[in-house]
Amino acid sequence: MSLSKRLGKIMPAIVLSPSLAVVTLCVYGFMAYTALLSFTDSKMFARFDFVGWRQYGRLFESPRWIIAIENMAIFGTLYIVCATCLGLFIAILIDQRIRFEGVFRAVFLYPMALSFVVTGVIWQWLLNPGLGLEHMMRELGWTSFTFQWLIEPNRAIYTIVIAGVWQVTGFVMALFLAGLRGVDTEILRAARIDGAPIHKVYTRIIIPALRPAFLTVFVIEAHLAIKSYDLVVALTKGGPGVSTELPSTFMYSMTFTRNELAVGAASATVMLVTLASIIIPYLYSELRHEPTT
Amino acid sequence: MKMANLAINHINKSFGNLTVLKDIDIAIEDGEFLVLVGPSGCGKSTLLSIIAGLDDHTSGSITIDGKSVQGLEPKERDIAMVFQSYALYPAMTVEQNIGFSLEMSKMPKPERLERVGKVADLLQIRHLLKRRPGQLSGGQRQRVAMGRALVREPKIFLFDEPLSNLDAKLRVEMRTEIKKLHQRLGATIVYVTHDQIEAMTMATRIAVMKDGILQQFGTPEDIYDRPANVFVATFMGSPPMNLLPAVIVDGSQGLSIQGADAMLPVPFSAVTRAPQGKKVLLGIRPEWLSLASTSTYQPTLDLYVEVVEPTGPDIFVALRLGEREIMGRLPTGSRTRVGEKARFAVDLSKAVLFDAETGIAI
Repeated sequence: MSLSKRLGKIMPAIVLSPSLAVVTLCVYGFMAYTALLSFTDSKMFARFDFVGWRQYGRLFESPRWIIAIENMAIFGTLYIVCATCLGLFIAILIDQRIRFEGVFRAVFLYPMALSFVVTGVIWQWLLNPGLGLEHMMRELGWTSFTFQWLIEPNRAIYTIVIAGVWQVTGFVMALFLAGLRGVDTEILRAARIDGAPIHKVYTRIIIPALRPAFLTVFVIEAHLAIKSYDLVVALTKGGPGVSTELPSTFMYSMTFTRNELAVGAASATVMLVTLASIIIPYLYSELRHEPTT
Repeated sequence: MKMANLAINHINKSFGNLTVLKDIDIAIEDGEFLVLVGPSGCGKSTLLSIIAGLDDHTSGSITIDGKSVQGLEPKERDIAMVFQSYALYPAMTVEQNIGFSLEMSKMPKPERLERVGKVADLLQIRHLLKRRPGQLSGGQRQRVAMGRALVREPKIFLFDEPLSNLDAKLRVEMRTEIKKLHQRLGATIVYVTHDQIEAMTMATRIAVMKDGILQQFGTPEDIYDRPANVFVATFMGSPPMNLLPAVIVDGSQGLSIQGADAMLPVPFSAVTRAPQGKKVLLGIRPEWLSLASTSTYQPTLDLYVEVVEPTGPDIFVALRLGEREIMGRLPTGSRTRVGEKARFAVDLSKAVLFDAETGIAI
């Protein structure tokens, strides 16, 4: 009796400890290891000659890193703004008690089921001038049609935005739809009595009531944007040249192909800190107080 | 304060084969307090939505202040509505909530704030103006919802079960407050409730509904003392009216109570209207029974006292007559003991008769 009782007490700890150990070592351990490496002068292999903040200095002097950050700003802003607006718009349309709502929801949500690599390949083909959209339009007879963003260094980053937005919009839509369904229908009737035209009902009443959904959507999009890697690799491989380099692809090539392990580690640490500065306040506010309605 | 009469003319509403409202015809004057009452699903809220213009009807018409409002949007009908869930806008402050309709009608801000302030003073919620609905208690939200209606100074106020989400004590307080407001403003009000006490206490006119059909329309006294049918008799009043099956005898002068060896004269209201041998239901409200004194000249029944329930101001007594159970309501201090047989006087000037087959008052 007392043995089984004691066993019952420590059983959760026994069951959880392997995964806890793996997570501690492989996630937090290697995070710490990476952060540590960023203060060394490691090249191809890890070495522990500490050089202070020098690798961070080199990182921010590297034009390629600056391009990566600029691209991140363009990509992140457009990705978040477009996906949020489009997702909200589709959610509002679907919320109009349309027929076959389930079908539409599934159709818009489906891209989320694909991996980023598949999305990247699909859009690479679609946007490839010789294969996709441009080719199709010319076949249809519009011979002067050109759409070559994928191969123009100044435009290529926007193709990544297109593919990324296409993939995440359905998910954003689902989140907003859940929020819209939570709005009391009597509020809409009250707004009709108060004489509010439909656009005012949305801008003044419904969208402000979706504040918690906006916060969730923003955090999810922001972290997806910062860690996006596979999409770029599949779609443009960072090219043409380095024109679609993102911090994540920069980190990969520094660490594994250019023998600059410490610089790669420094860039990874910068990304980690950026992500943490977005997610920690969110978690803090979510866990602190329950949303009031 | 603007006022208006309201006429609901032969309103029908149906979804396919399902009839929700059937030929509802009600008219009230300026400044009246109409209560639509009935069990859930009787169509009272649907009727209110039709008056508001939020729902369509199949046929019939609504006129406000003598003018048909057919096809008009809710905002064009000059009405205001208080909802059961209060339906406050969660992201706006109390001030913005109350002022929203004025803002939508493009009233300049200083004037708007003045109107909102006046209403806030009237409802004693000025200290809450900067708060949001999430920070208010149920009673405070209720006041804000009323403020949102009052600020528009509409021709007609519509209330959809506004007190049903409050606790019992607050409900009684708000009931009095709404009634006071009605007396002070002289406004025309249509009020929906399933609570017959709310209906009796607040209304100047009551419309009792059941299954989409208007059962009776009249003053609270009409409804209570002269119910049109058995449904109204038992729905209004607590405990409900006693109904005793009886047969007319003695050349239309006497009632033989079924299931008991007892006779009573026919109530005054039905004398000469009930033929010999007709099966009827005798309706007696609990307070129409009283302990008979020796000098009583009213007709009496000998009843067996089964249960005595003192409530404070009254004593409810469960009485037995043969196989029938009868509820009586006696003033505190009445001498009754459980288990004894007592003689009760029946007020036949008030008692009512219903046709046993159709349930309609005779």
